[in-house]
Amino acid sequence: MAEKEKKYDRQLRLWGDHGQRDLENASVCLINVTATGTETLKNLILPGIGSFTIVDGGRISGQDAGNNFFLDPEKIGEYKSKVAMELLQELNPDVKGEYVEEDVSQLLERTPQFFTGFSVVISGSLTLTVLKKLAALLWPHKVPLVVCLSYGFLGYIRIAVEEHAVIESHPDNAHEDLRLDDPIEDFVKFCDSIDLESLDKKDHSHTPYLIILFKYLQTWKNDHNGQVPNTWKEKKQFKAAILAGVRKNAEGVPEDEENYDEAAKHVNTAFVPNKIPPELKAILDDHKCLNITDSSSNFWILANGLRQFVQNEGCGFLPLRGSLPDMTSDSERYVKLQNIYQAKAAHDMQIVSNYVSQACSSLGCGNGRVSERDLKRFCRNAHFLRVLRTRSLEEEYKQPSKAVIDEFTSDSNSDALWYVLWRAVEMFYTTHGKYPGIEDEELEMDVSRMKSFVKDLMKSWGIPGAIEAVSDDSLQEICRCGAAEIHSVAAYMGGVAAQECIKLITGQYVPVSGAYIYNGLKSTSLTLAV
Amino acid sequence: MEVDQPNEQSDASKWSGRWNHIKKVLERPSPFAHPDFEASSEILEFMQENCKLLVIGAGGLGCELLKDLTLNGFRHIHVIDMDIIDLSNLNRQFLFRQSDINKPKANVAAEFINKRVKGAQVVPHFCKIQDYDSAFYKQFHIVVCGLDSIIARRWINGMLISLLEYDDDGNLDQSSIIPLVDGGTEGFKGNARVILPGMTACIDCTLDLYPPQVTFPMCTVAHTPRQPEHCIEYVRMFGWEKEKPFGDIPIDGDNPEHITWICHAACKRADEYGIQGVTYRLTQGVIKRIIPAVASTNAVIAAACSTEIFKLATSCALPLNNYMVFNDVDGVYTYTFEAEKNDTCIACSQKPRNLTFAPKTLLRELIDHLCEDSTLQMKRPGITTTINGKNHTLYMKSIPSIEEATRPNLSKSLADLGLTDGQELIVADVTTPNAIVFRLKITESETKS
Ligand SMILES: [Zn+2]
Repeated sequence: MAEKEKKYDRQLRLWGDHGQRDLENASVCLINVTATGTETLKNLILPGIGSFTIVDGGRISGQDAGNNFFLDPEKIGEYKSKVAMELLQELNPDVKGEYVEEDVSQLLERTPQFFTGFSVVISGSLTLTVLKKLAALLWPHKVPLVVCLSYGFLGYIRIAVEEHAVIESHPDNAHEDLRLDDPIEDFVKFCDSIDLESLDKKDHSHTPYLIILFKYLQTWKNDHNGQVPNTWKEKKQFKAAILAGVRKNAEGVPEDEENYDEAAKHVNTAFVPNKIPPELKAILDDHKCLNITDSSSNFWILANGLRQFVQNEGCGFLPLRGSLPDMTSDSERYVKLQNIYQAKAAHDMQIVSNYVSQACSSLGCGNGRVSERDLKRFCRNAHFLRVLRTRSLEEEYKQPSKAVIDEFTSDSNSDALWYVLWRAVEMFYTTHGKYPGIEDEELEMDVSRMKSFVKDLMKSWGIPGAIEAVSDDSLQEICRCGAAEIHSVAAYMGGVAAQECIKLITGQYVPVSGAYIYNGLKSTSLTLAV
Repeated sequence: MEVDQPNEQSDASKWSGRWNHIKKVLERPSPFAHPDFEASSEILEFMQENCKLLVIGAGGLGCELLKDLTLNGFRHIHVIDMDIIDLSNLNRQFLFRQSDINKPKANVAAEFINKRVKGAQVVPHFCKIQDYDSAFYKQFHIVVCGLDSIIARRWINGMLISLLEYDDDGNLDQSSIIPLVDGGTEGFKGNARVILPGMTACIDCTLDLYPPQVTFPMCTVAHTPRQPEHCIEYVRMFGWEKEKPFGDIPIDGDNPEHITWICHAACKRADEYGIQGVTYRLTQGVIKRIIPAVASTNAVIAAACSTEIFKLATSCALPLNNYMVFNDVDGVYTYTFEAEKNDTCIACSQKPRNLTFAPKTLLRELIDHLCEDSTLQMKRPGITTTINGKNHTLYMKSIPSIEEATRPNLSKSLADLGLTDGQELIVADVTTPNAIVFRLKITESETKS
């Protein structure tokens, strides 16, 4: 086994070799060296990101070196970008590091195309003008922007990406695709070939529960006008019927038959109709799915093929997933069942594949564009596809989202409060050129200044009365911390931000749709579609 | 931000502006601080001069904890870890490099931190936590655990509970409390919690939050394999012993030759049954019971723990009350709740737990109960008792000669062993530093415990 495979073993078990390949082909840019920023990079460099670039025109101060593991106090006065790059790169020889000793605003002015070549751009807090300019530059180039900062005991992450498609979302508790409501032909044949009554004791107790469920379901449907057990009462009756089928010994005592217990246990989940989830329906009805062009991404070309399958051969169903959960069974019948499910999945996939090929050739973009492996992955995960679209920063700063207003006005304990205060801090900085509470002597005055910025913000959002929800305590706290970056808060945010970048880079797992707010005072957090 | 000039002082740990960030929250009052909090520069002094922390584990969480704690202002930290560095650690345990492989984690981690963070005085201990007694653990203000072993967690939990002191009226002496901050991760999931021994829920109070390890049923592995894992497990349990491919040695999960051999043998078995999916990676995963791990989750959980330690030591904000779970598979999700103290907890309730059995119950069944009950989950309990004023060992697994001598007792009933209603059983186990007293209730009815 290759050394690299050994080194990355524990994460390859999460995102696979293909996820690792995506990571190793990626390049990220960090704008401005803060503890939060370098911690984020650290958690990207360790798992082996391709390369990173640090942009910062500033020099190391005493307090910079105080909370940052990657700024050497012996190099106070030197460029932050250079020192941080060197100490970060030392973490992993597989990763390439670069630095630019120039202020982001100058670089944006001089060579804006510098930023558009990265897989993801990560930024600490910037002045609003620069931040908006950067965001406006990246948006049309479809480069995700991840703003990440720590502020006292609070943390804030904002992801701005026009569109991000996820094929492998790796859901925690995926509902099995067993198709008892639309059984596979070969499955029915196989079930029919088994007569439970005539099986010997061993075979009876090793008949897969799927077969038991199906057989009892046939009987039930015959007695109930073709309906499956629906109500709680019917399901209870159905369970009882199954359990009555457990073999009894000579004394009339039921045997220990785990397969029958499993069958009864799955009654509640097995008959949930295999409907297309609303989130997926929205993807299949998306204008990008309906109108593919030669510039469509593979995701949308595949989605288009999937849609045609559902509408035609699938009769409203997705391609079969093809996986079977483990269950009490002898090896032979379990493997046979598995083969039936896999064959059907392969059959469905072939149909999707045909649609995709047709689409590709009619668009003139060649057949080799979508690999077999991608197709397989797509069909297996069809049920869990996700498309994420956040609002742009431009929209966010023009007017608040409904989610923000609802969350903030409906729950006075919500951490959405800290989003509101962060926005007021930005206004404060824009006006005063410094953060509130930086100087001891102006602490009290800054609290009242902050209050008036919050008032202005609420007024501009059309909810002037909501100022009542902003307690004096929270204003006090935001000024007390004086923009302090507590290392452990920065490390927390750096962990979260890095994983969000990995999600954006690999297209696996689901990124936050908008903002993530961390409240270290209470160890709570909130995601908010800002 | 203004640029400070490097300070000319001889002490390399002092430079102007170094602690500016945390001074903001330590030297100013806050409405969210603990009621006892008095903002002052003395707090940082206490952190640097007096406060002594113990970090248990120098792995994924431990490396992060040492960084976070020293950059948050702590200096005097001891770290214990019995492991050595492996190549597969390097994707997250950021204080270790290729050249450190096979060196003790605790030593390398301490050396790196002491070099990088000026003034840090991390003291490494390359050993097991069980190698030290209460005199060692007593010296710390706060203990933090970054472990993957539940047994070790329970052991240190029991140790900190044993250090509690009570006055004659049974009131807990607050100064004897050593808070335990505990973190755990698995893939993209993690948890952080704060335990005030004797006051809030302890590890054993919430034992059902750690589900017992999943094992494959023996008959499935031996007779009806269905999954690739079943085939691998078969080779581990039977094939290795039978064929002794490398002589009479146990399986070494880090030896590629061993894993390759098992993988091939498992493939052969899988082929016989038409099972697909045996790979080298899966084989190693099953043999070593590998838990996936990634840098980011460790960073998050260690940071959450460090923030809590900072709050506990300084009172500048209220500590977590008392459990936070984290999951970033789909978006980022956290849930914070108060785990409840269990009145009958064997570790912290101070009450002997009743064990109710019928007189015909076999000692083996009683031991099975100690291992299988979700609130006890013992591993190798040894039991002693007093009969007619004399000490008797009923069963003890850990010492071979005693095990042999007491083995026949396993098939004897409680009545035959002379155990009577109200009898006290003293149970020792690896999950606890001190023996636990159970009171035996002997009754004819069927109910247990
Ligand atoms: Zn307890």
